[in-house]
Formats: sequence, C-alpha cells, structure tokens
Amino acid sequence: MDGSDYSWAAKAGDVFHSYYEIPFYHLIVELALVLFIIKILMSKSTGSPGDETPLTEKEMQKLIAEWTPEPLVPAGAADTEPPVPVITSKVGKYVTVNGKECLNLATMNFLGMIGKEEIEDAAVASVQKYGVGSCGPRGFYGTIDVHLLLEEKLAKYMECEEAIIYSYGFATVASAIPAYSKRGDIIFCDKEVCYAIQKGILASRSTVFYYNHNDLDHLVELLEKQAVEDRKNPKKARVTNRFLVTEGLFVNTGQITNLPRLIELKQKYKFRIFLDESYSFGVLGECGRGLTEYYNVDRRNVDMIVGSMEFSLGSVGGFACGSSFVIRHQRLAGQGYVFSASLPPLHASMVIKAMDYFDKDLFSKLINNCKIAHEALEAIDTITVTADPLSPMKHIRLIENNSEEALREICNLARDNNLAITVASYTSTEIFKKEPSIRLTVNTELTEEEICSSVKLIEEVIHQYTSPSQDISEDS
Amino acid sequence: MPPAGVQTPAERMVVEPVLDDQKPKQKTVHVSEPEEFEQAPLLIALVAYLNLALLVVFGYIRDFMRMFGYECTVGAKEWGNEGFPPLYHEFESFYHRNVYHRGSKLTAAPLAGVPGAEIDIIDREWGDASLSSFKLSDKKRRYLNVGSYNYLGFAQNEGYCSHQTVKEIRGNGCGLASPRKELGTHEIHRQLETLVAQFVGKESALVFGMGFATNSLNLPALVDEGCLLISDSLNHSCIILGARLSGAKIAVFKHNDVEDLERVLKRHIVMGQTRTRRPWRKILICVEGLYSMEGTLCNLPAIVELKKKYKAYLFIDEAHSIGAMGERGRGVSEHFGVDTADIDIMMGTFSKSFGACGGYIASSKDTIAHLKRESHAHTYASPMSPPVARQIIASMSLIRDSEDGKKRLRQLADNVTYFRNELRKRGYIIYGDSHSPVIPVILFTLANICAFAKECLNRGLATVIVAFPATTMLGARARFCVSASHTREHIDRVLTILEELDPMINLKMSANRPGSAFLDFWRHFFTRPKVPTRAVDEAS
Repeated sequence: MDGSDYSWAAKAGDVFHSYYEIPFYHLIVELALVLFIIKILMSKSTGSPGDETPLTEKEMQKLIAEWTPEPLVPAGAADTEPPVPVITSKVGKYVTVNGKECLNLATMNFLGMIGKEEIEDAAVASVQKYGVGSCGPRGFYGTIDVHLLLEEKLAKYMECEEAIIYSYGFATVASAIPAYSKRGDIIFCDKEVCYAIQKGILASRSTVFYYNHNDLDHLVELLEKQAVEDRKNPKKARVTNRFLVTEGLFVNTGQITNLPRLIELKQKYKFRIFLDESYSFGVLGECGRGLTEYYNVDRRNVDMIVGSMEFSLGSVGGFACGSSFVIRHQRLAGQGYVFSASLPPLHASMVIKAMDYFDKDLFSKLINNCKIAHEALEAIDTITVTADPLSPMKHIRLIENNSEEALREICNLARDNNLAITVASYTSTEIFKKEPSIRLTVNTELTEEEICSSVKLIEEVIHQYTSPSQDISEDS
Repeated sequence: MPPAGVQTPAERMVVEPVLDDQKPKQKTVHVSEPEEFEQAPLLIALVAYLNLALLVVFGYIRDFMRMFGYECTVGAKEWGNEGFPPLYHEFESFYHRNVYHRGSKLTAAPLAGVPGAEIDIIDREWGDASLSSFKLSDKKRRYLNVGSYNYLGFAQNEGYCSHQTVKEIRGNGCGLASPRKELGTHEIHRQLETLVAQFVGKESALVFGMGFATNSLNLPALVDEGCLLISDSLNHSCIILGARLSGAKIAVFKHNDVEDLERVLKRHIVMGQTRTRRPWRKILICVEGLYSMEGTLCNLPAIVELKKKYKAYLFIDEAHSIGAMGERGRGVSEHFGVDTADIDIMMGTFSKSFGACGGYIASSKDTIAHLKRESHAHTYASPMSPPVARQIIASMSLIRDSEDGKKRLRQLADNVTYFRNELRKRGYIIYGDSHSPVIPVILFTLANICAFAKECLNRGLATVIVAFPATTMLGARARFCVSASHTREHIDRVLTILEELDPMINLKMSANRPGSAFLDFWRHFFTRPKVPTRAVDEAS
C-alpha cells in the first residue's frame, strides 16, 4: 500500500532533500552567523575600559611610592587627653577618688555586694584553691567546678532549664546574638539599646530595623511592613528567623520595656525574644529575677534572658539563661564562650556567694531608694530627669545649655564636695547620637537622708556652676 | 589573711620602675624557620575522608531511626514556638547531633583545682545515652595536664602571686561596676599599664578585662571604612570579629606566607579601594605572634620589612607568645630581635603566661590616648578587677626581675626543646617553630583523635584534641602545651604514653620516622611528597 511504503527512510530522504531547496543566500547568512558567534566566544572578555592594559611594574612602583597613608590615629591625641578620675580604694558605699573620700552615686553596685566581707572571703578561698586564671577556654580544661555550680545555681534561681556563663559582661549579649541570628535573618531592636547589643547585631550581619524608644506602635508598624514583604515571598519567609532584641531596663534611658505587650506580639508575628537584663537582673521583681518577675509573665515566653554579673552581683562576667534548646547552642557557637579564656574562678565563687544575699527585703529596699531619689531629683527645677521611678539609674540633664563639658564640671564640683557622680560615657560610633547626661546610680547601702542630702548637694553644685556664668553675662 | 613576710623586692620594682638595664650581654637572635606542614600519606587521607563519609551516613541512618523513635533523641525540643521558622540550620544541627556529640565526653572536663602541671578532673555522671546532661560525682582523678595554656606555670594557688592577690582582695575589693571611662579607673590599672608598657617596650599601654574583647573591641577604633585590614588566614576569631565590626575592607593572605602578603599589599595599594577606586586611607596588617593551633611563629622580620616598604601599619597579637617566647619572655619581637618601635600596635593577653585574665594594647602615647577616647571596651565594658591586675603585676615583675622568673623561662625553653626533639626523632608529625611551646601532633582523622584522647585519659594524661571546623577537614590533631611547671619526668611520661598508644592508634605518620621494612615498602606507594618548604627570607 502507499501508506506503508512511505517508510522512515523515505521521510529522512525528504528532509535531506529539502536542503537542496533552501536558497543559497540563506546558507551564506547562516554561515556568517556561526562565524560571528565563534568570534564572540573566542574573544577575551574585557572588563571596564580602564583595565585594558595592565600596569607595568614601574607604574605600580610609582603608584606605591605616591601613596601616603593617613596617620594611624589623629596626631596629638595625647596632648588633649581629658583627665580621668582615679580610684584608690574599694568601690563600695564610699570611694576614694583622686584622693578624696566620696559617697558613691556613680558605680552600678546596686545591691552593695562590692565590699561585703563574706564575699571577699569567698574570693580569697577561691584564689587559695584554684589560683587566679583558668588558663584555657571552657572546652580545653578551662572548666572549673565552680563554673558548673554557678551555672546550675543561676538556672535554678531563674527557674530555667539551663544557664551559660561568659567571662565578660559585654561579650555575653554581643556573642549570644550572632550565635542565632545570621545573614538574612531579621532583628527588630529598640533605638536606645546598649552598645553591646548594637555590636552583637553588627556581628550577626542580619538585617536590622530599629524602632523608636519604647514605642511598640512603631514596632507593630515595622512588623506589619515586614509581614507584607513576607507575603510577597513566602518561601523566603519560611526560613527567615525574626528576633526581637531589647533591654529590660535601658542603661541609656533608665526606662522599662513593656514585656507583656511584646509577648502578645511575639505569637502574632512569630519572632523570638532576646531580653538583655544586664541592668534589671537583681533589680526588678520581688526576688530580683528581672522583668519577667516584675510583670509576672511565664519566663518561657522569653527565648533567652541575658544578664550581667558585673552590676548587682558585684563581680565580673555575664550569663545567658533559657531553655536547653536555645542555650546549649552557645556552647559551640557563642564566640565569646568558645574562644575566650573562661571566667576566673574567684569571680564565679563571688557570684555564688553573692546570690545567697538575694532576698525580698534587699530588693524592696533598692526600689524604695530609687523612688526616693527620683522624687527628690524631680523637685530640682534646673534639670530634667530621664528614668523610670523604679530604675536605679537616673539620667540628669541641664534644662539650659546642656553639654558634656558642663556636666563634667558639675561632676568635678560634686567630687570636691565629697560626692562621686559621673557623666555617662559614649563613643562617637553610637548608631543614634546620645544627649550627654549625668548617670546617677542608687544603691541599697544609702539611707534616705544620704540620698536627700546628695540630691541637695547636686542642686547646689548645679547652681554654683550656672550662676557665676550668669553673673558674667549680666555684667556684660 | 595574707601570710606575713611576703617577699618585697619584686613589689618595689613595680612601684619604682627601673630602666631596662638587665639585657643579656649577648643577645640570641633567631631567624624565622622554614615551615614544614607535612601532609597526610595518601592512604591516611583516604581513610580520613572515608571516616567522615561514614559519620555522615550513620548520622542520616540515626536521624531516620529517630523519626520512628528507635534511637535516643539528642538535644532538647523548643517550647511553645509553633509555626516559627527553625532556629538552627539543618546542617549545623546535623553536625552537632551526629558528629560533635560523639566527642562530648572528651571535652570540657571539669577541674577541681588549679590548672597546673597536674590536675584533678571530676568524674561526670551522664544522665542518659544522649549525653545531654551530667552531674558531678564525688570521684576525681589526677591527670598530667598538657592542655592548659599555663606556659610559665603561674597557675598556682600558693606562693608570691597568690599572696599578693589575696592582699589585693582585702585591700581594694574585687569589683568596680563602672566602665573605665566613667568611674572605673583604679590606681592599680595605672600601675599595671606602666609596667606592661615597660615590659613590652612601648611608650604606653592600656589594659582590658577580657583578652577576646581586647581585639574585637579595639580594632574598630583603629580602622574603619576606607581602610584596609590585611589578616593572616589563621588569625584568631577575635581578630576576625574585630575586623568585621570595624567596617574596614578585609583582605586575607596565606598563613605566614610573606610573598603572598607582599602580593596582597601591592595589589591593593595599586588598585585602591574596591568600588570607589580612591586610595586607601590606611592599611593595617594583623598577625599573631604565635598561632595557637599550628604552633607557628609569624615571620616578624620579613613582615616588618614589608610593612616599612609599603607604609602599612602593623598590629601583632601576642596572646600566646608574650611571656612564652624570647629569652626574657618579651615575646616574638625579642625572639627575632626586632625593634619594638617597628611594630605599631602590640596586643597580648594575660590569661596564658601570666595565669590571670584580660588583655593589653601597647603602642605610642597618641594611639593609647586615642583608644582611651574611642575604644569600645574602655568606654562601655567593665574594667579588669583589682585581684586579677595584681596577679599580673606580681607574675610580670617576677618574670622581669627575679631569679624565679628566669628559672621558669629556662625551664620552659628546655622542656620545649626536649619534647619537640623527641617527638620529631620518633616520627610524629608535628607543626610549628622549634621554640614554640604549642605542639600540635597531627593525627588527620576524627576517629583517631577521639580514640587518642580517650586512651590518654585512661592513662592519666589530659590532652586537647582539635578537629574540623577549627582545623581543615584533614587537620585533626592533638595539641600539647608545654609549661614551665612540667618536669623532665612529666615530659618523659607523656612520651611513654604516646609510645604505648602508637601501635594501637598509629600516631607516627611522618615520612621520616624510623620504621620497619614493611612500612618502608608501603611508604613508597602511599607517601605524598612533602609540601615544598617555602623560601623564607632568612636574612634577619
């Protein structure tokens, strides 16, 4: 039959035959195209036009000779070095600064742990048992039994599964954040967070959104914005971790975070909360457990709490606590934990001892003192006070002509009158510039009279500082 | 109470610093040694890779069994965050769950006392098979310690330093609770800073409470955007962190390869900044004096020459070398006879040779003044506590002035020479300079180092093992840190234990070990040639 005769061979023959029917010019055009493509493939890729001819050795030497670097640091820095007050005693309730014994309202020894003899005894016993240094990171024979005891004690006190201790307060939160948050993850953060958090976020290389200080409506706005982005790219959103990092008690403003609202938002927007309680641990809450106790919220809602052992505990170091699921990861990924020598055992022993002094009376005394100081300071009409009444740190600023020099001068005058206060120090690299202030601290050792007389002294000193200049201006 | 009648000469030296008139008459100057990084024989390399592959395969099998509950679960579950993105990356948790976890019994052993030449390790009672929790038992055992960075043996709970520290606790307390820049500068810091500056041979110094933070929080004050930071590829993570925080562009050169450093310097100066093509504002070269994982010393004379030639600044991290290197313990600059004026910034830590903690930066007066203004650690972090500062002052003045200190330095040098020579002679692959107290013995495979650590512990020897990710995939190693507190008997005991373990774990893998004819035969087939030693500038 015709149909079956028309076999595959015949079909192939037809295709082959059809080439003869292509016009000749068509072939030439195709050939030219092929040659052109080959030429493109063979030619070297040229970069930007400037790189065409490589530099000769001579030209390079000339460029190198021409290059003059900036000095390593600005010249003459040593000549303009501001004098720093020097301590020559213990830094307890009283402190000797530049040879003058002062009442101490400057250091953050909130609970008066520094100078307690029993704690010193613990330190001495520790030195006589373990020596001073631990001579290694935790992984390499730098784990001493007191480290483990302290971790257990902290975890128990904070009613958490696990705690981890670091050898430096600053390094704690700065290491903890990049252990979890990586490039591509998103961090929401308060604008007024302490410098250690800022550095931790920078080290994590995550995307960061700063919301206005304590303005959770602004936070919601940012979260909504992100939620819209996430809906556009749900695949990416499924693997992008979101974190909220904030301080319990802000060292830069003395304000308290609205934790219950944050926890409400947490479930809605699915972010994990890292709470830095460096300044609120041992301060807020009935038993000093910090913000979670102050608001009476389930501690498990906060994924990680970071605390410091340098302020209310009067030692050195920091800790992080939370569920084992979260905290254990830092034993391999917390840079300041893995790569640094461990905490000197004497400081661990001191904290273990200091925690025995934690009791309700102590914390209520502190809060009471904070309130007294706040009230007294608010009564002065030449200054503004920024802080929560419950905060042991009060930021004082002059209403008129507030400047760092002026505040420093006021501190010096106060020191001449046997009162140690200090200006809060910042570097020029803060992300959001800080208004200079005197950071006054309150501790449990102070009596009501001492607080009131100190505040009165501050008022007098400010008057003394401001009035002569007024006299001059009146004269002129 | 501090015992009365503590020696005072060294203390007096601190209060009235004497000029450095105790330089030895004849200075011994060492040249940088050509480095050998002997690679694994082919067979061993194959075994090492197979080892890793097996771990991964078994990891997957175990994960599969975990899904059905036939295998114990490792690690805790998260509470209450349903529907959240997973906190950890899949591979990372896989590695921890299935690989790292196997070695968890061998690391972080809790000590019950001083981390000296001999230590007491407390037995741990593990909660369950998943090794996720443990309790400290009452039992402890005594081990010979070659794992701590106690180079000069100042990890002590008695003697001069300890007495001084106790006195300091009684005198000045243990905490300051305020940053240095506010009200945290204690008289003792100034004393220590004067001593450190004089000890290392710079104009001025600044001390910090943590060694890690000394690098990571001060580098940003020295370089920033528009600057170039050139870093050795094996620099410690705190330098890398500091570089990253600084915002400067980071360029890396091959470990201790001076030629590569020159290439990097040249290329970057010629090309200028990456995108803007403007010239760099300044270039800082960051190297370590003694690399703690390799035991190598930086080739300081050659680096100083390059630094001068290309007008760069030099930052040297002497975390391990200060106290441990040089005839008088002044670090690598003394070892190589390099003038400290040629090194712009000298950084070091106190947690190793001085048996304390913290770090310092020593430099010109201007640099230190600048750091006092801009250093993050100086401005925000808490200062070094008085007892720690006192321990450093006491140990540093002992090194500088006393016969005891000189004896320690000599003992350390003797121990290093003896131990290194013996190891080399017997055919172990060791890395590093022949004067370096850090001695890595390369074992290549993960299984080997775990078996090694376990068997060593069984024989009363506490060692450190390091593997991926801290080293390369094939670089698994055991590391010994020699101390002045080790006696010849201690070192001999370590050698005996190694000899005992060699037939079991195959420790001697160097191509030039004295071996049997059988081994020689295999060596022909399975030995890869040594990496050609680099031509290092021998001229000092």
